[in-house]
Amino acid sequence: MSLAEQLLSGNRLALTRLLTQVENDTPEGRAALTELFPHTGKAHLIGVTGAPGTGKSSLVNRLALHFRRQEERRVAVVAVDPSSPFTGGAVLGDRVRMRDLSGDTGVFIRSMASRGSLGGLARTTAGLVQIFDAAGFDTILIETVGAGQAEVEVARLAHTTLVIEAPGLGDDVQAIKAGILEIADILVVNKADRPGVENTLKALKSVLELAHPVRHVFQHHGKLEVVAAAEEPVYSSWIPPILKTVATEGEGISELADEIARHAGYLRESGDWAARERSRLGSELDALLRETLVRRFREQVSKSRYEDVLDKVFQRELAPWEAVKMLLNGRFE
Amino acid sequence: MSEQKTSPEQGDATSPTEGRRIRVLVAKPGLDGHDRGAKVVARALRDAGMEVIYTGLRQTPEMVAEAALQEDVDVVGLSILSGAHMALVPRVLELLKANGQEQVKVFIGGIIPDEDLPRLKEIGVTGVYGPGASTEDIIRQVKAAMTE
Repeated sequence: MSLAEQLLSGNRLALTRLLTQVENDTPEGRAALTELFPHTGKAHLIGVTGAPGTGKSSLVNRLALHFRRQEERRVAVVAVDPSSPFTGGAVLGDRVRMRDLSGDTGVFIRSMASRGSLGGLARTTAGLVQIFDAAGFDTILIETVGAGQAEVEVARLAHTTLVIEAPGLGDDVQAIKAGILEIADILVVNKADRPGVENTLKALKSVLELAHPVRHVFQHHGKLEVVAAAEEPVYSSWIPPILKTVATEGEGISELADEIARHAGYLRESGDWAARERSRLGSELDALLRETLVRRFREQVSKSRYEDVLDKVFQRELAPWEAVKMLLNGRFE
Repeated sequence: MSEQKTSPEQGDATSPTEGRRIRVLVAKPGLDGHDRGAKVVARALRDAGMEVIYTGLRQTPEMVAEAALQEDVDVVGLSILSGAHMALVPRVLELLKANGQEQVKVFIGGIIPDEDLPRLKEIGVTGVYGPGASTEDIIRQVKAAMTE
């Protein structure tokens, strides 16, 4: 029996080993992803992002507990932490805040190092999510590195993106910068028992009023025309709610879970679920194409030929665009 | 691989093949709250290029084994300063085995009396480190255990 078949029959050892294969992008991992692909597309993917120290892990912990206790959903967590740019090593510490989840076989937590990727996720995070999806997890929480303002990749992967803020992290100019706030489907002000929470709420509210009209256009790159129901721009009818939580005390968690459910319902009704799914698969396909074409090209062009052309560029005899033309030599054109 | 029971398929999945980073779980089972040593080791292993999953304080053997399974680690490092190692360590090894992870190498750090060492080796502990152990030694022996 292949690991993929063992996974489908509920074998947790097969699951964990496949996650490793996919994370390391091995041939076995790719074969398993292919074999399991028909079994994917069922889970609700929830992204959790926000600056360091806003309480992402604690919130994921509480949400997962809630989904288990109130709704008996099977929950997977993929938590990404940064790799050292110098040694490639990493300390992955998100489990420290998730100890309430241990001892429950309906929850599976996997830590990942970013391995040089920017954008908040690792290169193979989407693959791990697919494996969990195929393994029958109903809800998959994806926690990003938390490095800050450019961390928008998670919105491409998740159906519902939570952006976590905390009081005292920045003024309203931080809030109007482009990027992370625009990807929020739900905004959460965690640590809401701290002073300054009203200011944070006020700043976020005013930003939402400004940013809301354009945010969905950004997310879908105009790809909504593929959805039949999109003639009326119903997709813009979702206004991201702002919620207050105190994750360490469990305050505001059931309200947050309700909003997540409401967002899932909205996505299905509006056709946005399908649109997101299609746009996500599109960007995955693009990435694979890019990778494959570059690899094929490198296999075809000898190292010395490449070095020759690079020398010419270095000597200013060739401009980079001409060099590319010369290297491709009519292929792929 | 010294373990005979794993199928070739499983052996492939967990041996340190090219490009695979060594994954280590650093855990503190038991009730003592002294985590300085565990954190120093975690950081040293990180600086040696390993991916270290840190679980935090007061883990039961069940929690440690479950985390080792979910994270598919190659190595488990246990830091115990409470004196309960002769109860906790055999239990962790037993659970790892029950989960099919008998190939995982287990290292211990903390206050471990010399007279306990033979028994710990016998049940399958790969290395034991007390106060004054150098992080270089730990890194070298973890790496060596991976190429066995």
